[in-house]
Amino acid sequence: MTDTSHGVGGLTFDKTKRSWPNEMNIFFALLIIVIIFEILGQILPYMNGQSFLFDTRGRFDTIFNEARLQIIILQVAIIGIIALGVTQVIITAGIDLSSGPLVAATAMIAMSFAQTELVNGNPNPKAIFGLWAMDLPVIVPVVVGLLFGAMIGAINGTFVAYFRIPPFIATLGMFLICRGIALWWSAGRPVSFPTESYKFIGSGMMPVVWFLSLAVIFHIILRYTVYGKHTYAIGSNEEAARMSGINVRRHKVMVYMIASMLAAFAGVVLSAKASTAQAGMGEFYELFAIAMAVIGGISLTGGRGSIIGTVLGAMVLGVIRSGFTFVKLDGSYQLMAMGGIIIAAVILDQYRQRNRA
Amino acid sequence: MSDEVVLRTQDLTKYYGGVHALEGANFEMKKGEHIAIMGDNGAGKSTFVRQITGVEQRTRGDVWLYGEEVSFAGPLDAREAGIETVFQTLALADDLDVPDNLFLGREKTFADWLGPFRFLDYKAMRKATLAGLEKTGVKIPNIKNTIRNMSGGQRQCVAIARTATFHSRLTIMDEPTAALGVQETAQVENIIRTLKEAGEPLILVSHNMRQVMDLVDRIIVFRRGRICANLRKEDTNGEDVVAYITGAKTQPEYADAAA
Repeated sequence: MTDTSHGVGGLTFDKTKRSWPNEMNIFFALLIIVIIFEILGQILPYMNGQSFLFDTRGRFDTIFNEARLQIIILQVAIIGIIALGVTQVIITAGIDLSSGPLVAATAMIAMSFAQTELVNGNPNPKAIFGLWAMDLPVIVPVVVGLLFGAMIGAINGTFVAYFRIPPFIATLGMFLICRGIALWWSAGRPVSFPTESYKFIGSGMMPVVWFLSLAVIFHIILRYTVYGKHTYAIGSNEEAARMSGINVRRHKVMVYMIASMLAAFAGVVLSAKASTAQAGMGEFYELFAIAMAVIGGISLTGGRGSIIGTVLGAMVLGVIRSGFTFVKLDGSYQLMAMGGIIIAAVILDQYRQRNRA
Repeated sequence: MSDEVVLRTQDLTKYYGGVHALEGANFEMKKGEHIAIMGDNGAGKSTFVRQITGVEQRTRGDVWLYGEEVSFAGPLDAREAGIETVFQTLALADDLDVPDNLFLGREKTFADWLGPFRFLDYKAMRKATLAGLEKTGVKIPNIKNTIRNMSGGQRQCVAIARTATFHSRLTIMDEPTAALGVQETAQVENIIRTLKEAGEPLILVSHNMRQVMDLVDRIIVFRRGRICANLRKEDTNGEDVVAYITGAKTQPEYADAAA
């Protein structure tokens, strides 16, 4: 036998192409953005040479401006929890637009089971249910919220997987339905005055704790379990996944359920943090969650991306938001800049794919 | 070649609505045999394969595998029974690497009590992959490469290596070299020879006359959904086979196919 038995066309291993994970690019983009704000702090005349990242005032014995670091991650933590789920949906080549309104609907529903009976000695003015629903153990509202999320996710997944409705349309419908549920639940009135134990779920840095622990859990699940492998396989080549004997439809329902349960949990954390639930909560959350995933290198065509990427994508959005506040540019500029960065991220991703092919 | 019958079909038939894609196919193959299935486009070759492998449900007829009557609900059932298929369209996930693809749908795992979240045993899968590649003579320097980064021939080799990794009892290849270049085709043909030496039974669906004459013991010709010839390689030649494919000739025992 000649050298044909030696690997067709000589499959070689190009180290330079493999040892550079996509996540490194996002990490460097993050560094560059931080450096830009650092420089802006030095050169903009009205900034008086303030530092973006470092503690220059010397009031505390720290290198970094810890307050800023905390704010950066705190303000993206809740949307980040949603993004962890959206990431999985996008990896299966789907999309979930319903998460923002689901946050609001879950916040309203969960909060109704988390109210206290007495507010400053008076009956709770925002009470939804009777006394039986007052001062329940904190597990009750959390479980109710998660079950509601699971139900919405199961409906999303069933429409996508069994009725073959495009994910964009199915979840767009659910987007409106959930906003409707949020408005209908208490006829538009806010639900407030939760128990102390419920408030604790969203107090201080708790949202960050939830976000990072869930990120670690789902990183492990996506990379090291059968669930994760099948999620990638379905997004990569659905037909191949089916022929390999994977129950594609059941798996998709599971992915949408997990995504919606994460969004529901974000609703619980958000209402706990705000100590109130309002029907208008979570506006644009679904879009920011998708943006985090896309900036984090999750390919909208499915099959590629990681939780690490999404966490970095969340950090990019957090840094941009803090940075614009830091250089005293208001929200309108932030939105424009974020929009530009999302488009740039997709262009870069396509460029990378072309180079690889 | 022993007398043990690997696969037998009786009156295997498939209608797609009013289209009679496959009509009364009676087929038998013995252990160690390599059989080619030939025929024009739409003659029913792929339909025949799809009925055996459980990708589709047959309209009527029976299938026996190693003397046992089988009826597969899906491709995974067929694989579990030992039928490995290399499909015309490659059933590989582009973003996964070689072991992931070989074990897709039947991963080696631990902590199985976790249900869908049971852990993947990457180490065991890597080991089994290397063993399978060695058995088929496929040499892939880095099995951690994703399929996306591979050439058509390499992809096909991965698809074929699947059969060797799982000690298949019957291998079916549906036009494995249709999309490949000369050198890549040679590689795939070498793998088929390796399987032959190992006595692994194989059904090869192919359009390539030279390849068929080179590799198999017996040729089954399909025409318009029916089997019209069953030829031993020694008793035939390329022209003869073409005559059967085009309908210029029909073997007497398959006379009803001529209609």
